[in-house]
Amino acid sequence: MSELLQQTNRGFYCPQGDFHIDPHRPVDRAVVTHAHTDHARWGSRRYLAASPSEHLLRMRMSPEAEFQFADYGQTISIGGVAVSFHPAGHMLGSAQVRLEYRGRVEVVTGDYKLGSDATCQSWQPLRCHLLVTESTFGLPVYRWPDQQSVFAAINQWWRDNREREQCSVLYGYAVGKSQRIIAGLDPEIGPIYCHGAVEKGNEAYRQTGVHLPPTMHTAKAEKSQRWAGAMVVAVPSAHGTPWLKRFGKTSTAMASGWMAIRGPRRRRSFDRGFVLSDHVDWPSLLAAVDACDPETVWVTHGYTAVVARYLKDKGRNAISLDRWQRSASDQEDREADTNGEEQSE
Amino acid sequence: MKLFAELYQLLDSTTRTNAKISAMVDYFGRADAADAAWAIHFLSGQKLRRLVPTKLLRQWAAEEADIPPWLFEESYSSVGDLAETISLVVPEQQLETTGSLREWVEDRLQVLRGMDEEAQRKIVTDIWRQNPAHVRFVILKLITGAFRVGVSKRLVTRALAEHSGISAEVIAHRLMGTWTPTPESFLRLSNPDIGDAVASQPYPFCLAHAIDRDSNPNELGNFSDFAAEWKWDGIRGQLIRRNSQTFVWSRGEELMENRWPEVEAAAALLPSGTVLDGEILATQADGIVLPFAQLQRRINRKNIGRKLLLEVPVVFHAFDLLEQDEKDLRPLPWQERRNRLQQLMSQVQHPQLKITDLIPAECWEDWAKTRTQSRERHSEGLMLKRVDAAYDVGRVRGTWWKWKVEPYTIDAVLIYAQKGHGKRSNLFSDYTFAVWKGDQLVPFAKAYSGLSNSELRKVDRFVRQNTTEAFGPVRSVQPELVMELAFEGLQASTRHKSGIATRFPRITRWRHDKGAKDANTLDDVLDLLPKSSSGDTP
Ligand SMILES: [Zn+2]
Repeated sequence: MSELLQQTNRGFYCPQGDFHIDPHRPVDRAVVTHAHTDHARWGSRRYLAASPSEHLLRMRMSPEAEFQFADYGQTISIGGVAVSFHPAGHMLGSAQVRLEYRGRVEVVTGDYKLGSDATCQSWQPLRCHLLVTESTFGLPVYRWPDQQSVFAAINQWWRDNREREQCSVLYGYAVGKSQRIIAGLDPEIGPIYCHGAVEKGNEAYRQTGVHLPPTMHTAKAEKSQRWAGAMVVAVPSAHGTPWLKRFGKTSTAMASGWMAIRGPRRRRSFDRGFVLSDHVDWPSLLAAVDACDPETVWVTHGYTAVVARYLKDKGRNAISLDRWQRSASDQEDREADTNGEEQSE
Repeated sequence: MKLFAELYQLLDSTTRTNAKISAMVDYFGRADAADAAWAIHFLSGQKLRRLVPTKLLRQWAAEEADIPPWLFEESYSSVGDLAETISLVVPEQQLETTGSLREWVEDRLQVLRGMDEEAQRKIVTDIWRQNPAHVRFVILKLITGAFRVGVSKRLVTRALAEHSGISAEVIAHRLMGTWTPTPESFLRLSNPDIGDAVASQPYPFCLAHAIDRDSNPNELGNFSDFAAEWKWDGIRGQLIRRNSQTFVWSRGEELMENRWPEVEAAAALLPSGTVLDGEILATQADGIVLPFAQLQRRINRKNIGRKLLLEVPVVFHAFDLLEQDEKDLRPLPWQERRNRLQQLMSQVQHPQLKITDLIPAECWEDWAKTRTQSRERHSEGLMLKRVDAAYDVGRVRGTWWKWKVEPYTIDAVLIYAQKGHGKRSNLFSDYTFAVWKGDQLVPFAKAYSGLSNSELRKVDRFVRQNTTEAFGPVRSVQPELVMELAFEGLQASTRHKSGIATRFPRITRWRHDKGAKDANTLDDVLDLLPKSSSGDTP
């Protein structure tokens, strides 16, 4: 039986149901895996997404957009195709999209990770004929450390900075990563302040029912605020800008999967790098493919050729897909551009 | 070992000098003498000789990680560092590292050399299995001889001074020469009571600062506060005569034994307890200094034949007197040392030992005029020295200045690019440049440095979008970008396609204003060749 999904210049398209998944250009009907801007793009007429992403999507998308939300596991029929969302573990509301039509099952993971996350539901394996998986960190050098040890290290770093009368500035992607970090912070150590973009994300998380320790927008702090000992969670693009001046003596750190490698860690001269990613690492990518046990794997977003070749070596039918809107050379740029701010982390 | 790996992490994760020093001071305070000695050895840039071929390490790592060799190579090319790649791909087991740095180096690592492959493999893979990734990384750096951690010897010296309470100058002096990493050496290093100067021990070299090529030496102050000499392109050396023995040290603090027999013969005429600072230069009998290319024929040659000795005679051009009658003269002003040097040299008559000429002047402009003759004399420009200054340790600003002539510059076209290493492993940052020969572009220089980070990114993007062909790691690109390259020297060469070998090429600016057609020609380059060196170099 032929595939339900095709790769087009707008993204993945299902002709049977006449809808796109995470289209990069405006379409009539978009099924969206999660609220990161490189997956949920402006301009389409109708959007379908998982219910827990509602507050985040409404915060980020145009108010004119028409939304429909479905709970995890709930089936919606579009042109005879049974469409359902299943937790992807990437961030709040992130979903894998499962399509079923005449006994054939195809799954698009979107961005995903395995293991637990206090701010979202965990990824679940879905048996399927075709699995479309991301490969942002699809090299065997990426093996994530246990997250409890990472949070312990972050809190210890914060404590040490407090002892030295410094303000801790921790960078993470505004939505998703930052809230996961905040949920792991120990509010006993000191006050937690957030960059505006992060604080907006916090509100959407809280509205969805995710418990986060108390935080405050940095702009709402008193003029006389003493920042020594405080934690500021900010977006990576703030690094090295005058915005940081107000905090006085700071120690800076970045939380990202890219921090596993010494080069990116040193290139942007953060004082610390914490390895914390919301994408699958090498072992969990392989484990996920095995658990879903598809006939065919399409590999997107990242080290596509490497992962496809490895899976083929292991006897699985795998194809490397380069994203349509990105030329092969841009794909390399993405690898080179490990500074974290453009990354969908 | 654990402590040393932690020290490495601390040093590696900060760019702040004070943080680095305090990390080292802390380490020296906690480590025992044997470990501290090895730490100094590695921190100051000394390496173990390669213990295991990297080819084998790669192979074993792939097998330990249970990945095919091609995937290991993909990982290596993405990470850009072998030790790091191995420590990342081999699965980590939660085990504690045991053993001191000394035990590791002497009992576990150095014994690897000379073992057969199977025995090596067993030991190395056991090391990987029994240590956490950050320790493995440091151990692998030691095994591969690629240990580098961004501290200079000067910084190590400062940390040791702080640790021991002894002045940095004394520590620097004690660290020079053939310092062996033993506990005794470390204790001697930090012992305040030791007055024994080892006969061979040189003084730390005083280094000069460069005057920017566009700036004016007027800003240094009154010209009469300075003396000027030619700046030669040779081998900086310290000539020591003590206890009827002669030692010649290079600036890299390497003892050059039997390399300059004629200089050693001349040194025998010096009174005991004499130390000269100077430049070793290939020099004709009539006193004319030969280009560096000639001297190069004698460098890196273990055995120097009679023929070569005749063809390329060298002379030690002394410009400073650091020790006389076993007394350290360094605190004296330059003028006083110079007077004594003059007197000493007038008593020692030997053609292979000369005192440098001072260049007379009535004002700065006189020197500026003389400086324009530098290239004809195979000199790099002028050295300016403050007449009232002591002989400083290291690169202290303000006492010695090098006022070089402008380097040769050529506008060339970028034709090949390759990814760099380490920090630049993801960027196309190593370039080959070409000049025109008729309607053909002939490659003639490779350059790695000179662009800003943002320019590097732009070129990187250009390379990715304009690759015409890829052979191995090298990309051939559309010939569009023109850069100005500067060289310290050029020489004729039959080994290069262009017929020219370049010395220290670097990018001085990106000529956005020029297209490929406007780049220089090979004839332009040949015109720059020093006349006397063209055609007679091997
Ligand atoms: Zn994402």
